[in-house]
Amino acid sequence: MLEVIIFYISALIAIGGAVMMIAQRNPVASVLYLILSLVAQAVLYIQLEALFVGALLIIVYAGAILVLFLFVIMLLNLRGEKFGYDQGKVGVATKLIFSLVLIFELAAVVHTVSRSTNLARTSEHLNPGFGSVPPVAELLYTKYLLPFELTSILLLVAIIGAVLMARRDRADKEKEMT
Amino acid sequence: MIPITHYLILSAMLFAIGVTGVIISRNLIIMFMSIEVMLNAANLAIIAFSRSLNLMDGHVFVFLVMAVAAAEAAVGLAIIINLFRNRESINADTFSLMKR
Repeated sequence: MLEVIIFYISALIAIGGAVMMIAQRNPVASVLYLILSLVAQAVLYIQLEALFVGALLIIVYAGAILVLFLFVIMLLNLRGEKFGYDQGKVGVATKLIFSLVLIFELAAVVHTVSRSTNLARTSEHLNPGFGSVPPVAELLYTKYLLPFELTSILLLVAIIGAVLMARRDRADKEKEMT
Repeated sequence: MIPITHYLILSAMLFAIGVTGVIISRNLIIMFMSIEVMLNAANLAIIAFSRSLNLMDGHVFVFLVMAVAAAEAAVGLAIIINLFRNRESINADTFSLMKR
């Protein structure tokens, strides 16, 4: 009973935070709502026995990536910028209707798939230590060693790309000096 | 025990909210964060299946997706900073350079 209550409260917070995120006009408030949504999702992860990944979600996502977003928003100095929702050739109402249709389509797919297969039957017996650090690490360094190493190359490429792109041109710098 | 279908429907709703954010918003940063919401929705589905099938492989996938999201955030935010430097704006309508 308790876990059902926890599930519904965290699901509500996750969805509410995401909705508030796209409804805000101020990007800083938007980031804070996304952090709220992520914390609720971390609760769901922990409820699904994914302890390590749940901790990682808070540490890496809420702690690092979204703080990077906050830094960039504060660097940009967006004062005076207006973001209307009613620009473009397609009206907002049409877009909202389409996204509602998308929600119902996805829910219908989930419903039919879970009824026709036995995926919905959750296994009650978990392996000991399910979701803790050592089993995840063991998989990461044996079965998924190659994807893991490729991820490090991806991160290296991202670092080089970000540094190259954020660097000012020499001509720019000389213009500023004079 | 909560059935996995609940988690999957929650994940579908979060994904649709992310799609809505991308198509409805004109603010590049909010569009970008909506993409993060979509990635997280997929992660939630992966974790739910991983719990349901009693396989830990899903946790590794989520770990890798997080690394990809971090790389994407670094490069994407660098692009946004460059765009802002050139146009003094992060409204997506200002960047129709490639549109004829």
